[in-house]
Formats: sequence, structure tokens, C-alpha cells
Amino acid sequence: MNARRLGGLITKETLQILRDPSALGIAFILPLFLLLLFGFGVSLNAEHVPIGVVADHPDPTTDPLVAALRHSRYFEVRPLPGLKMARDLLSRREIDAILWLRNDFTRQTLVNAPASIGLIVNGTDANTANLVEGYVMQSWMIWLAQQNQVASHPLGLPVALQFRIWFNPALRSQDYLVPGLIAVIMTLIGALLTAMVVAREWERGTMEALMAAPVTMAEILAGKLLPYFVLGMGGMALSVALAVFVFAVPLHGSVLILALASALFMLVALGMGLLISSLARNQFVAGQIAIVVTFLPAFILSGFIFDIRSMPMAVQIITRILPARYFVSILQSVFLAGNVWSVILPDMAMLALMAVFFLGVTLARSHKRLD
Amino acid sequence: MWGRLVALIHKEFLALLRDKASRFVLVGPPLVQLLVFSYAATFDLSNIAFVVVNDDPGLAGRQLLARLTGAPVFNQVATLPSTAGIADFIDSGRALMAVHIERDFTQNLLVGRPGPVQIIIDGRNSNTATIALNYANNIVLDFEAEWAAAHGTPPTPATLVMRAWYNPDLLSRWFVVPGIVGLLTFVVTILVSGLSVVRERESGTYDQLLVSPYRPWEILLGKAIPGFVIGAAEAALITAAAVLWFRVPLTGNPLALALGLALFLVSAIGIGLMISALAATQQQGLLGAFLFLVPAIILSGFATPIANMPEAVQYLTLLNPMRYLMVILRGAFLEGDGIRQLANQYWPLAGLGLASMIIAAWLVRRRMY
Repeated sequence: MNARRLGGLITKETLQILRDPSALGIAFILPLFLLLLFGFGVSLNAEHVPIGVVADHPDPTTDPLVAALRHSRYFEVRPLPGLKMARDLLSRREIDAILWLRNDFTRQTLVNAPASIGLIVNGTDANTANLVEGYVMQSWMIWLAQQNQVASHPLGLPVALQFRIWFNPALRSQDYLVPGLIAVIMTLIGALLTAMVVAREWERGTMEALMAAPVTMAEILAGKLLPYFVLGMGGMALSVALAVFVFAVPLHGSVLILALASALFMLVALGMGLLISSLARNQFVAGQIAIVVTFLPAFILSGFIFDIRSMPMAVQIITRILPARYFVSILQSVFLAGNVWSVILPDMAMLALMAVFFLGVTLARSHKRLD
Repeated sequence: MWGRLVALIHKEFLALLRDKASRFVLVGPPLVQLLVFSYAATFDLSNIAFVVVNDDPGLAGRQLLARLTGAPVFNQVATLPSTAGIADFIDSGRALMAVHIERDFTQNLLVGRPGPVQIIIDGRNSNTATIALNYANNIVLDFEAEWAAAHGTPPTPATLVMRAWYNPDLLSRWFVVPGIVGLLTFVVTILVSGLSVVRERESGTYDQLLVSPYRPWEILLGKAIPGFVIGAAEAALITAAAVLWFRVPLTGNPLALALGLALFLVSAIGIGLMISALAATQQQGLLGAFLFLVPAIILSGFATPIANMPEAVQYLTLLNPMRYLMVILRGAFLEGDGIRQLANQYWPLAGLGLASMIIAAWLVRRRMY
């Protein structure tokens, strides 16, 4: 590889980037826009869930229970006169859940035969339904604790259960979504930036000119890679700064490790883009493939939002060949848990392996031939 | 005139389907994605790995552990001699949860005092942590009820009984698969229409189209109809797969679903054509498609509920056609809705479709002169 020739190619590629503002847009505006939008917009913490409360006979026993719900930040309590109306509102999606205290509620509690509290949720969104159940349970336990104080003898609940949540004690969904989001955005940027650059040369016929030039294939590819690498790392730095300063995601690990992992991941993403680009030779097909094999899997299969541990075994095996999966895992650990070597080292090794693989295959598949 | 239009549409189909690679990317990837994503996109926890530190020599600790290990969602990976080893398992992700039963657990229970149990959960994925916490809580409650019954201590004064409408087993697949029908239809339609005009411009054939006797609206229609047909075929295929393969019940009126998808396709094509008219190169067209697709998918309620978003963002989602489609899909699939119940989703969708088509027509026209 000759430094002067490589320098010439890099200059050419850089000029092309600077002339077409869309590449700069992808590297800087896109992460800014996406992180702000998603960081503020995407949350799995249900708050102010509209819940209808039907108390057939409101009295001093039911009141504290309703009050416990009212004091929870998760609920927006709507007292309703009857179950029929509540069912109506639930089917019109105006409330997400109904808490029903039957008319024999107080009497049952007094004679120590457990009264049942009916909770009806709209199960369409199973995850939110699960969360709502958990939140109601919390309020219910607060109420039980109060009843315990009032009663002369202890009631139920003999176990003193204590939960400790490590790494994210407030269970802020942003703290795990934002680091994962960085991986999704960097996949998008890396692959999109390069997926079309080689295909474009083929389509416009400028590939012939490049081949006639006294440069090797390795130099052509390196000339394409380096400017986009710098661009991508700039976007990465911007994303991390946003995560830390705007979204207040704690960064417990070292910045150096973060930079190293990002550089490796950037090489993998650019390598995938280049490979797609040199195989497709057609911008439409290259673009389609780039979306299908990079962005959508990074969104759904990387563990960014859906936990890989819950997927069926066959799908878990598929996720092992996705670079985004390793990067998401590094990001979530470095941000929230710190430098956990047992996570970082194997994941970095996988990324390095993939970078070598994609760049190697691209080089092997690119010949200075027109057919 | 209609013959002329048919010829134009015929040409568009040829341009899209002529080459084998283009044909393949329209059909192959969406089907593979449907399969993989439908199995992958789940919030249900099925295999929570946990480690145990049991310092309690008594019976109650073992009973509580037996309940945990017996539950299908929990999977005990190790028993540790002391709490010192917990960090290693949780840091590396080999266990999501650690259960520590303290020494005087059984003793305390027998004399009517609270028995201490500690549960440590990896919070890196806060959603997984919340759900695991709920499961663990439920199991402890069951244990408490059993203990109270066996030892004559008074039961809790009330129990919580939950029922879920529309999705009684709370399968997140039932929620996600209808969403994927919309997601894949959306992606394919935006890509087909988003690159349609700009591809001709880049290869220089657009000028030929302009000097032909076609009127602007005919060119627009010629570009829109193939996208509509491909989008509709894609939607039908994926819906069939959702019902026949994934067994998601289609409880509502299929016509209501079809009407919703048709209205949605019109607005998706309008947006795609707008992107195509604005882009100068295919790369820009693809970027534009992305720049629109990604936020539109994330802010549609596909994966995270719109109700959880800040109010300003919630207003923004009103402009997102995908948002209405999500309600229509889930309403028609799970909630048994017909055309009447979904009417308030159709109107905004129709309005968005009309507006986007008008803007697209104006942009395509402006690009001509």
C-alpha cells in the first residue's frame, strides 16, 4: 500500500463527501435527531396509566386502597359508578385497567376470609399489562402494610422480601434504551454510509476509471473506508456526549474502552456496508440489503429493546452472528455497570473477528475486473 | 388515455420486477424477517437464570426455593456458598437474579416474625428486571399463602385476582406479530415508492418520460399504483402468515383490516413519492426513506406505548400514519373490532393519505420544470 496514492484516494472520497451534504447529514444530524427523538420519546415505564376504580360500597376499608393507587405515580385514578360503564370504557381504550372492589369486600376482610380484588386489564399490549399488574401489586402491598398496623395481630405476608436492583436502581428504561440506541444508530450510519459507495461507482461507470488508475484494490477499499471511519467516529462521539449530558445516563466504565469498542464496531459496520456494496453493484439492491441485514436486525435482534435471553434458542443462535448484539452488550455494561471484563473481552474479540472477516471477504471478492 | 396509463404501469412493474435481485429483495427478506422477528420480538421472560445463597438450615427456606425452581420461567444455574460470589454471576450476565435466604428465615417464620429474604436483580435491562421482579413477587406471595394456611396464621385480608381481556395469557407475540404486519408493509412500500422517481432521474430516463405526452398526474399514478399493488400483496401474505403460522387470532372483521391497510398504503406511497421527488440521487432517496422510517416506526406504538411518551411527542405522533395502523391492526386482530369501532382511526389516515398525495403531486410537478 502506497501512502501517497492512498492519500489521493482519500482526498477524492473526502471531497465527494463534502460536496454531497447528505453524508455529513447521516454522520451528525441523524444521530442528533434520532437520539433526541428516541431518548425523549421511547419509554417502557408506564406512567399515569388510566385505571378505572369501581368500589361497589366505598367505606373506610376500601378508601385507603384507592388512596394507595392515587398516590402511586403510575396511575391516573378514575372513580367509576359501575362495572358496566368501566367495561365500556375499557373496550373503547379510554382506560387501560379496572380495579373492582365487590360489595362484600369489607365484610370478607372483617371475617378473615380473603376478599378478592378484581383487576381487569387490557391485555393487547402484554408488556404494559404485566407492568400494570406489578404496579397494582405494589399499591396493594402498601395497603396491606397499613392494615397490618391497624390490626391487633399481624396479617398475612410473613416474608420480609427485599429487592435490590443493581446498576439501575430506579429502573429507568432510558438508562438501558439510550446506550442500546447508540448501537442501532451507529449500525445504521456505518452500513448506510458505505453500502452505496462502491455500488455507485459501478452504476455511474466511474469504477472503470478507478481500475485503470495505478492503484491496487486494497488501496481503493482503504480509500473508501478511512474517510467514512472518521465520519462515523465523529457521530459516535456526539452520541455518547448526548447520552451522558442530555439524557444523564451514568457512564461508569472507562471512556477509552468505549472508544476502542466503538472503533471496532465501526470497522465491522463499514465492512458490512462495503461488502454489500461491492456484491450488489446496484444502488437499489444495495440499499435494500443494507436495511434488511443491518438496521432491522440491529433494532429487533440485538437486545437493544427485546431481551435476547427470552428468545427461542434458534433465534438466540442467529443473534450470535450479529455485530450489533455484541456492541449493545458492551454499551449497556460500560455505561451502567462499569468495566466488566467478563463481558467486554469476549464481545470485543467477536467484534474484532467480524471486522477481519468482513474486510477480508470484501477484499477477496473485489477484483480489478469489469465482468 | 387509460391504455396509456396501463402501459406506464406495466413499465413500472417491469422496472421493479425485471431483475432477479430486485424481485428477491421484495419477497424474500420480508418473509424471513416475519419469521425471525416474530419469534424474537417478545417481552415475555421464559428462562430467568438465577443463583441461590441459602443460609437458612430450616424447612421454610427449602420450600420457598422449591417453588422458585419449580416455576417454569425460572432456571437455577448455581447454588453459592456465600453472597460473595453473587457479583461475579450477575456482572457477567450468567444470572439475572440472585436469591439470598437469610439464616433465621425459618426460625422467624415459626415464631411469627417476618423472615428476611433478599432478591438481587440485574437492572441493566430495566424492563426485564421489572418483569422478573413481578414473577418473583408472585411466587413469594403464593408461598406466603401456603405457609399461612399450613400454620394457622391469618391469611392476607384480600387477594389480587387478575384477568386480561383480549389476550388472556398475556402473550407478547399476539401484540407484536400484528405490529410486524404493519412494519414490513410500511418498509417495503416506502422503499418501492421512495426510489421510484429518483431512479429514473439518476439513469436519465426521467427526461424521456417528461417529453412523452403523459400528464403529471398520470406519471404520479403510474408510480403510485405498482407500489400499492406490491404493498397490498405483501400485507396479505404477511397477514396470512400471522394467522396460519403464528396462530394469532383474527377476531375482528377482515374487511375492516383491509380498509385500514388500503388507506395506510395510500399515505405511505404519498410519503415515499415525496421523498423520491425531493432526492437528487438514489443514495439521498434511501437516506430520506430511512430518516422517515426510523422515527415513524419507533413513534408508532409498535414496540413502546405512545402513552409513555412525553406529551409533545404524543402530538407529533398524530402525523404518523403508522400510529393509526397499529391501532387498526391490534383492534382487528385481538379486540374483535369492525369498521364502526375503528372509524376514528380511518379518518385521520384518509386525511394524511390525501394530503401526502397532493404534496407529492405538487413536488413531482415542480421537479419537472
